[in-house]
Amino acid sequence: MTTKTITVVRDLLATNKQAAAAIRAELRARGILCINLLSSPGSGKTTLLEALADCFRGRFRLAVIEGDIETERDAERIRAKGVPAWQITTGGACHLEARMIGKVLGDVPAAIDLLFIENVGNLVCPASYDLGEDLRLVLLSSPEGDDKPAKYPQAFLSADALVLTKSDLLPYVPFDPGRAATEALAIKPSLKVFTVSALRGDGIDGLAGYLTEALERLRSGRA
Amino acid sequence: MHELSLVASVFEVLEEKAREHGAVRVTAVVLQVGIMSGAVPDLLESAFEMFKKGTIAETARLEIVVVPVKVRCPDCGGEAVREDTDFSCAGCGSRRVEIVEGRELVVQRIELET
Repeated sequence: MTTKTITVVRDLLATNKQAAAAIRAELRARGILCINLLSSPGSGKTTLLEALADCFRGRFRLAVIEGDIETERDAERIRAKGVPAWQITTGGACHLEARMIGKVLGDVPAAIDLLFIENVGNLVCPASYDLGEDLRLVLLSSPEGDDKPAKYPQAFLSADALVLTKSDLLPYVPFDPGRAATEALAIKPSLKVFTVSALRGDGIDGLAGYLTEALERLRSGRA
Repeated sequence: MHELSLVASVFEVLEEKAREHGAVRVTAVVLQVGIMSGAVPDLLESAFEMFKKGTIAETARLEIVVVPVKVRCPDCGGEAVREDTDFSCAGCGSRRVEIVEGRELVVQRIELET
């Protein structure tokens, strides 16, 4: 019996990265901007999507892929806004992977402008999985506390924009948006920061403008 | 807790390499795990122990090499290991740094018995 050591150097996320690259190429060819939403549970991802659906109505066609451990509830809320939605129930898995998106992609109508993926509520695991998106938004709600960026750096490091949600609750909770933004920018200096209240509609236009510019860049081949 | 899914990928690599080299047993696995990879070494170890029963790596030991964050600065050309979540350049303070190490999730090498 001989023992030998073999150098392998294999990325454990290689399969996911390949699947994500295929999704990105397909969506870009179709002129669709794909946005992955990451946050802890209850920080307002679905409510933000409802507000964006209202804001974009008549201008852009949206579609949403919802990731949850159980239930169709989020997809039903989105459909009630007249936006097609697909629910992926992971049955316990804490994040979405690219191949799960790949399975749904064939059902997504060709004639849409923006495809949102609402990831499973979790500020840890989803950060490691590229889903083929063009933009990754990380949400942080005021009741969660402004100290979260340094505690969950991977999520903020992997994002393109930070959306501070539930600004309507700022008078009632000890949350300093400036501190949250400073901590997040120390991790990722290029983050764009938005402060919104999806319930009141505050700040939604600014975020919508950012997404519109990204869509225009993608369609003019400058993405 | 996505470590189980990561360890499943480790076993795909082990089975492939064992077949390729005609091995009867995998006796050791070395993983590189970056601090910013999002995976927790302790959880990877537990998942590995759970997973290995009844496989070709039943008796294998897992060695995890934790990789710290290293940044490279395009402004001054400096490289430095950063220990907290302040990823600015240690040399010139620039914030435009690029993370060059610390996000790895890599099967580095394995030890086989043939």
